[in-house]
Amino acid sequence: MSYQQTIFLIPLIPLVTFVILGLFGRKYFNASSGIIGTASLLFSTVLSFFTAYQYFFVDGKVNGVYQKIEAVKFTWLQFSPNLSIDMGILLDPISVMMIVVVSFVSLMVHVFSLGYMKGEKRFATYYAFLSLFTFSMLGLVLSSNIFQIYVFWELVGVSSFLLIGFYYDRPSAVAASKKAFIVTRFADLGFLIGILILGFYSGTLDFGTLIERLTSTQSTQFIGITTASFLDVSMLTWGLTLVFVGGAGKSAMFPLHIWLPDAMEGPTPVSALIHAATMVVAGVYLVARLFPLFSIDEASLQVVTWVGASSALIAAVIACTQTDIKRVLAYSTMSQIGYMIFALGISRYGGENGLGYMGSMFHLFTHAFFKSLLFLGAGVVIHLVHSNDMKDMGGLRKLMPITHISFLIACLAIAGIPPFAGFFSKEEILFAAYNANKAVYGIALFTAALTAFYMFRLYFSIFWKREAAVHGHHGEGTVSMKLPLVILSVCALFAGLVPFANFITSDGSPLETHMDIVFSIAPVTLAVLAILIAANLYKTENEKPARLAAALGGFYTAAKRKFYIDEVYLFITKKVVFNLIGRPAAWIDRNVIDGMMNGLAYVTASTSNLIKGVQSGRVQNYALYFFAGIAGLVVLYVYLWK
Amino acid sequence: MSAVPLTHILFVSTALFFIGMYGLFTRRNMISMLMSIELILNSININFVAFNKYLYPDKLDGVFFTVFIITIAAAEAAVAIAIIINLYRSHKSIDVEDAAELRY
Repeated sequence: MSYQQTIFLIPLIPLVTFVILGLFGRKYFNASSGIIGTASLLFSTVLSFFTAYQYFFVDGKVNGVYQKIEAVKFTWLQFSPNLSIDMGILLDPISVMMIVVVSFVSLMVHVFSLGYMKGEKRFATYYAFLSLFTFSMLGLVLSSNIFQIYVFWELVGVSSFLLIGFYYDRPSAVAASKKAFIVTRFADLGFLIGILILGFYSGTLDFGTLIERLTSTQSTQFIGITTASFLDVSMLTWGLTLVFVGGAGKSAMFPLHIWLPDAMEGPTPVSALIHAATMVVAGVYLVARLFPLFSIDEASLQVVTWVGASSALIAAVIACTQTDIKRVLAYSTMSQIGYMIFALGISRYGGENGLGYMGSMFHLFTHAFFKSLLFLGAGVVIHLVHSNDMKDMGGLRKLMPITHISFLIACLAIAGIPPFAGFFSKEEILFAAYNANKAVYGIALFTAALTAFYMFRLYFSIFWKREAAVHGHHGEGTVSMKLPLVILSVCALFAGLVPFANFITSDGSPLETHMDIVFSIAPVTLAVLAILIAANLYKTENEKPARLAAALGGFYTAAKRKFYIDEVYLFITKKVVFNLIGRPAAWIDRNVIDGMMNGLAYVTASTSNLIKGVQSGRVQNYALYFFAGIAGLVVLYVYLWK
Repeated sequence: MSAVPLTHILFVSTALFFIGMYGLFTRRNMISMLMSIELILNSININFVAFNKYLYPDKLDGVFFTVFIITIAAAEAAVAIAIIINLYRSHKSIDVEDAAELRY
């Protein structure tokens, strides 16, 4: 059987699992639902690997170029002969790469959760939500048209909402889930408008046709969208920028990132899956999916570049000051996604110019492994210490050797130390940035050093610093918790060795890349230096970090308070929007709209009060009216009607 | 024989009509009201017969109409009495003011 015929099973199996676990799991097989979910996902994962093998090595390539294959397609909603919304499965290098990453990381998280979530009352519900998320994410990456991607986009949003608020009896978790949902929904408004603009001017929603029509400079659609403008900006730029707003919301880019740190209220494996490896890179994936379009529009690429670069830098600075280990990781995720985004922004379409695109996808690929590993490691630590705060940790390396080693590997990988995975992908991005834009390169280099610094601050604070305050009464947890750590460590070690440029490039044809030893000196030296500084400050308990913080003064406080971005949002919403728009609107609603309705009802009621006496129920009255009427008619006809 | 002029007969029928009308509006007893309605109907009958006799002596249309009205009146009386009996069964009264539930 061809892989194109089995591909629809990959998202379908998690959907079926979700329905079964969601409807019956909690009542009939709560304890075994974890095994059921994991087993069915294993099947999906195997299929994904099979698909990837078939696509990349057997028949994806025609004349040395990877093709876009539309494996499944059917019409979902037919509005008019010209307008229909389809559902389909699109196979191309990035979607095939993404299904492997998503299903694999999801499988690791499923296995990890077997131990981590054991004994939860809503164990089956948890696995049902995980399956829902996996289904939505797989559907998202396999979408063949922009409306379908929007549908799945909202589905991952809602599964993220459900999982962040999994502990719904905690007010902070409820607030965080609402915040995540509202912020991303707000961004998705931009996405929707962008879809409508692109769809309106191109006359199609299908990715292939859309890109084909809008990139050929001769086509009427291209001329239409580039000549139409609003506020002196062409509609193409508007459409792409608004689509990117949606992507930036989902990928937690500055200034729409405020939901991501709060989203850490969810269970830690969920953070590893959704808020580190898969859902938050959906924005990157979206830009990559529409990259041929972005690459012809310089203005929107500039937006992408600077949003990505500023997010990378700001998040890295904030991450250096946080003390909640999951928040550090959250900001680190944001920073790394900023990397991927600006790498797309500086890239161009095709050949050597597409290095940034390839680097971005490569970084997405490696980041998924080492970041989920970091989160799962943090999960083990939190499981043992029962706290998220660095202050409660320290000296844990003897209690949890496997976690310690895997965490170290992940830290080295994210810091970009060769030969770990992050080194290779980061080098590609830095090299592309160096060739394209020196300012971005500077930011990227500084961010890379900061990344190494805060990751090792985290590492030393958890595993060294002081004698362990807790005693490992249950050690590192079950085998199911250790196994994913080991597997992901292997991935974090070797994922960088994948000859990625042979498979995924902006135009589908393999790209020749070569490591330049001389170029790598600067970032690696900086990273090593940053690690040494972190070791100096945090390996043993001392006064130096406090003195450094005091020396930095206001800047340190601002960074620790996350640059007051949350406060700015609160000010805008509570003080400006509520007072200037919300309250007047509420007043108008209460007094004008309701007043009109109440007035209408009052007039009707009083009129009926006036005349209701006529309906007395007395037959003789009615007869009198009748005769009076007849008499009136007689008078009218005989005397007045001339 | 000295002819009775038409106006005299019309006077009688008009008097009869308004007596019936008066009874219909003042009596509360439904039997009395029914009787009043019969008076009204009979005043109409007199009108028909009189006009037929004085205006078209060679035709019988008015007389036939009268026969019809008498028939209808008989049927109407039957229905009305049935209504009155039912009202009495449900209300233990045939006072028309006691049956005033169908109001605002």
